[in-house]
Amino acid sequence: MPDRKFVKGNEAIAMGAIEAGCRFYFGYPITPQNEIPEYMSAHLPGIGGTFIQAESEIASINMLLGAGATGARAMTSSSSPGISLKQEGISYMAGSQIPGVIVNMSRSGPGLGGISPSQGDYFQATRGGGHGDYRTIVLAPSTAQENYDLTMKAFDLADEYRNPVLILGDAMLGQIKEPVVLHPYQGKDYNQDWILTGCVGRRPRLIKSLYLSEGELTEHNWKLYQKYQSMKKDVMFEEFLLDDAKMIVTAFGSVARILKTSVKMARADKMQVGLFRPITLYPFPEAALRRISERIPSCLVVELSTGQMVEDVRLSVNDPTKVEFYGRPPGSIPSPNELLSEIKKAYEKLIGR
Amino acid sequence: MKQVFKRPESLIDVPAHFCPGCHHGIIHRLVAEQIDQFGLREKTIGVASVGCSVFMYDYFDVDVLESPHGRAAAVATGVKRSRPDNFVFTYQGDGDLAAIGTAEIIHCANRGEQVTVIFVNNTVFGMTGGQMAPTTMPGQVTTTTPFGREVATAGYPIKMTEILATLGGTAYAARVAVCTPKHLMKAKKVLKTAFQYQLEGRGFAFVEFLSSCPTNWKMDSIRANQRVIDEMIPYFPLGVYKDVGAAAEPDSPADE
Repeated sequence: MPDRKFVKGNEAIAMGAIEAGCRFYFGYPITPQNEIPEYMSAHLPGIGGTFIQAESEIASINMLLGAGATGARAMTSSSSPGISLKQEGISYMAGSQIPGVIVNMSRSGPGLGGISPSQGDYFQATRGGGHGDYRTIVLAPSTAQENYDLTMKAFDLADEYRNPVLILGDAMLGQIKEPVVLHPYQGKDYNQDWILTGCVGRRPRLIKSLYLSEGELTEHNWKLYQKYQSMKKDVMFEEFLLDDAKMIVTAFGSVARILKTSVKMARADKMQVGLFRPITLYPFPEAALRRISERIPSCLVVELSTGQMVEDVRLSVNDPTKVEFYGRPPGSIPSPNELLSEIKKAYEKLIGR
Repeated sequence: MKQVFKRPESLIDVPAHFCPGCHHGIIHRLVAEQIDQFGLREKTIGVASVGCSVFMYDYFDVDVLESPHGRAAAVATGVKRSRPDNFVFTYQGDGDLAAIGTAEIIHCANRGEQVTVIFVNNTVFGMTGGQMAPTTMPGQVTTTTPFGREVATAGYPIKMTEILATLGGTAYAARVAVCTPKHLMKAKKVLKTAFQYQLEGRGFAFVEFLSSCPTNWKMDSIRANQRVIDEMIPYFPLGVYKDVGAAAEPDSPADE
């Protein structure tokens, strides 16, 4: 009998983190992710962990930097405006190669925006977000179950690559309540010959991102680049009904979940469409999408923004002129019927009926 | 023959890059002496900040983590919470701690984090070329106050030690100078207490050093030292502003 719990998406993230061994959480309140710090504040002290409600998102990310540098599994979470504030620290963590998990249950912007779901943080998440030529791994769950599973995975990836890992959800994925099957974390031990512990019996260690000597920074950036390239082996995506499809529809996160329903409706309506859902937004599953697009050139991209991931899709597919886009600014979420009619339009244009 | 003076073991034997007359070298030595005397070299994790102070990692023979500008107190919080048995200190200038890092230092102190903060106040942004800092004196000419700091528009020099002394989590807050041997001896004692308070888990300990910056003050070393006495100490009075209680006498043999 599986251990099933009926929980909010935000709680699933907190539960996954604790299961993966996260014992340090630093955060600051912001809607719609407050269940994460609330859960951590209730559960970490009892298992020897540390919860700090920091004075700001800036302080939170720097506490994460500090704890991460000692090899501790640590996490911070926020939502879009707060994630903007964390970008400084994320850049330093990337430059210093310090692991850590950062959750963005995104809301709509720009500015204070609103608290409804949005996918407008895609660029910020996948292009580094802060200053400098760096990348973070970005995981995009689409169910509460994936919130739980991918949070565990995020800690492994962070430790494996010594790099910050982002979880990009949204208000819908944070607030939705659904069953989650709990399962024990099965990780491995990662190399910790770089962490700061005090230099007992060894030379002192230095963790930094400042490189001033001639050539040093160039070399450092190439090393980081090689690491980002090597992350491609951990690319994740979902394929649904693509075997006999004539058109790919693609989306990530909560929108992909709605779109999946619309794909089933389209199938019932005799349209041969299938879903391609990137789960890692960085590294983007470009090779997989290109391979599929060689067989199925037509593609519709759907986003809850005016178009961000569509750029990665167009860079990936064989023929970018066959890529249609339907996006809309945040404010409410699209219904399956709304997306079905967009599938119809694109299908008639690209395939005919 | 008895050796009465030597380089602290925690200080790497390399030439310092600091400008002639700068007090960073003296303060580095004082901190390294305490690390040695408490036997903390292998237990210490230092947190470097941004400014001339960042290069502490070239001189201290201990584990060091570099912090973003102003965030050292938050970084140190993460380190110390994760490694409570390590000795954790930050080393920050006034541009770093008293400007961009005010929120982090105030809340670190207020939470009573078990860390020791070394705050070097030389009334300017040193590394960037001598711009106005929050600690710049009224009327002081800097590269961004070419007509002297006008308090009506640029405000007053901020007194961090006094501010932090008001907070519940602060166990120890003191201001010292190193411009004369007498001041230096007093600074040593204060620093020792600030180390001890962390080791005894008494709370947040803060030591402000009034420091010279001859290059950006455009003075020679002697005049810069004199400026600390004539201008800085009257505005930033030396002394212990908060002390939650006398600590037991530490077991350190050489306190000369």
